Amino acid sequence: MARINLDHIRHAYGAKPKSETDYALKEVNHEWNDGGAYALLGPSGCGKTTLLNIISGLINPSEGRILFDGTDVTHLSTQHRNIAQVFQFPVIYDTMTVYDNLAFPLRNRHVPEAEVDRRVKEIIEMTGLGGWAKKTARRLTADQKQKISLGRGLVRSDVSAILFDEPLTVIDPEMKWVLRSQIKRLHKQFGFTMVYVTHDQTEALTFADKVVVMYDGQIVQIGTPAELFERPRHTFVGYFIGSPGMNVLPADIAGDRAAVGGESIALNFQPKVAAGARIELGIRPEFISIGREGMPVAITKVEDIGRHKIVRARFADRPISIIVDEDGEIPAEPRVTFDQKAINIYADSWRVGEEA
Amino acid sequence: MEKTWNNKAWFMVLPVLVLVAFSAVIPLMTVVNYSVQDTFGNNEFFWAGTDWFQDVLESNRFWDALIRNLIFSAIILAIEIPLGIVIALNMPKKGIGVPICLVLMALPLLIPWNVVGTIWQVFGRVDIGLLGRTLASLGIHYNYVQNPLDAWVTLIVMDVWHWTSLVVLLCYAGLVSIPDAYYQAAKIDGASRWSVFRYIQLPKMKRVLLIAFLLRFMDSFMIYTEPFVVTGGGPGNSTTFLSIDLVKMAIGQFDLGPAAALSIIYFLIILLLSWIFYTVMTTSDAQG
Repeated sequence: MARINLDHIRHAYGAKPKSETDYALKEVNHEWNDGGAYALLGPSGCGKTTLLNIISGLINPSEGRILFDGTDVTHLSTQHRNIAQVFQFPVIYDTMTVYDNLAFPLRNRHVPEAEVDRRVKEIIEMTGLGGWAKKTARRLTADQKQKISLGRGLVRSDVSAILFDEPLTVIDPEMKWVLRSQIKRLHKQFGFTMVYVTHDQTEALTFADKVVVMYDGQIVQIGTPAELFERPRHTFVGYFIGSPGMNVLPADIAGDRAAVGGESIALNFQPKVAAGARIELGIRPEFISIGREGMPVAITKVEDIGRHKIVRARFADRPISIIVDEDGEIPAEPRVTFDQKAINIYADSWRVGEEA
Repeated sequence: MEKTWNNKAWFMVLPVLVLVAFSAVIPLMTVVNYSVQDTFGNNEFFWAGTDWFQDVLESNRFWDALIRNLIFSAIILAIEIPLGIVIALNMPKKGIGVPICLVLMALPLLIPWNVVGTIWQVFGRVDIGLLGRTLASLGIHYNYVQNPLDAWVTLIVMDVWHWTSLVVLLCYAGLVSIPDAYYQAAKIDGASRWSVFRYIQLPKMKRVLLIAFLLRFMDSFMIYTEPFVVTGGGPGNSTTFLSIDLVKMAIGQFDLGPAAALSIIYFLIILLLSWIFYTVMTTSDAQG
């Protein structure tokens, strides 16, 4: 277990990066607290896996340093970093038995056989693979194989951190829930530092204390699930978190009022925006209420998804989404009001704070 | 949907049947025909029963050649399979080196058998060959025309040169199909280089190795052209393999009966051994 520091890490896969766009991972400065459960959330190709592989030492970063508990490990090999990592697709040693698969990481480190046996039995019990222990791993189904991969990550008790690279992609939904709770329980029990890469927001939000959102090779926001929901720092976070994502509308700012199309919306703060910046107003579908008062909208479609309805509409000639209660009424001439507290203003995609 | 029942399908397979009949069944049956009869020309045949088979099986000539064949195949497999694996493991996985290595590896495979034989025949000659002259000037007495051991070494080196690439290419195909995640997981698990080979690479190469093993066994057991060109079966009978003996018998001496019997025995031996190897290897695969 360790505190992990990423100090000005950058990475490019090409040999000689010339411009910022050549970097798969733009500058990252971040500290992962000892015993924290983090989720790395972002779309495919945003650099999540690159960042993870830099932590585990499978990739050497082009620039920057990595520190475990203050010790520089940048040039230490994976074997010496004492990291466990679970990959997206199951990796099993298919000529070995399930038991030997789980014992492999321990035996390679010359752990005494009695200790190996104790740890492996514990993991076998946790994953519910009891009947399989003595059988070759080859005959297992995909999700059983992935359980073994997970098990090999969890079997070592002394690791600095456990990294998960979308480990539950191949597992069916019901089992996903079970395994995720087991990982969470283990985290509580042993206090490993855990980094969990995913592109599934539900998975990220339920797993982690802190969610790190990545976009286009950089970390755009680190926060609790609530912070990401209420105050997305970047319009991307707004889009990406929430279902449907935040409505982002081009706007003009004049004092404490924002103009969207022909409508003027009062704000509860005065955003300080630089001249010439591209200004947008962000509001989540949950914070728009529909009724007979307010600004006119034209409804294009209503999707009833069971718990609530999603209203797709055009507002100031822009598509917006609104969430309405399951039994909420939609008037014939609908109008909308925005919850003032939930409005975020963005300049060039980055949020302009109330304090600024 | 209504199904039409007729025998038109048989017409569709007819061309293949004809082709197989002319290329395999008819020649094979001709051989069977010769093996059980005696002929003195003029298309007159006399029933000989199993006499030719008995003759062949009782002759030292047959057993000596068979043992030479088995020793040759064993040596070839013992060298080419491990060597092929080692080369495949050390080939580059990406970059410009890949096409270069692949072309270099494929080159010997593209050369016709008799040309390979001629190349080595000239290469090893003591009077004009590069290898022969070099060895002679180094004071090493090497002459594949006179010394049986030298003849064997020449044939083995030649076969290794000619066919190891096949094993390499097959193994390489097995190796590149291993996803990166396996190597990464092995690093995370702290596996040694040997463990990576033993538990990741070897299991993934198993199937292609089986094919390589069978192909190399069958080919080396049937070897004819190269020893015929290089040594002609000599010195003495030291490199007279079954195939060379067979040709001598059939075309040199025109002993069609014994030659036909030998052909069938030869064919059955290859079939039997290949079947044994295949069964042993696939059942160990299923159990392992």
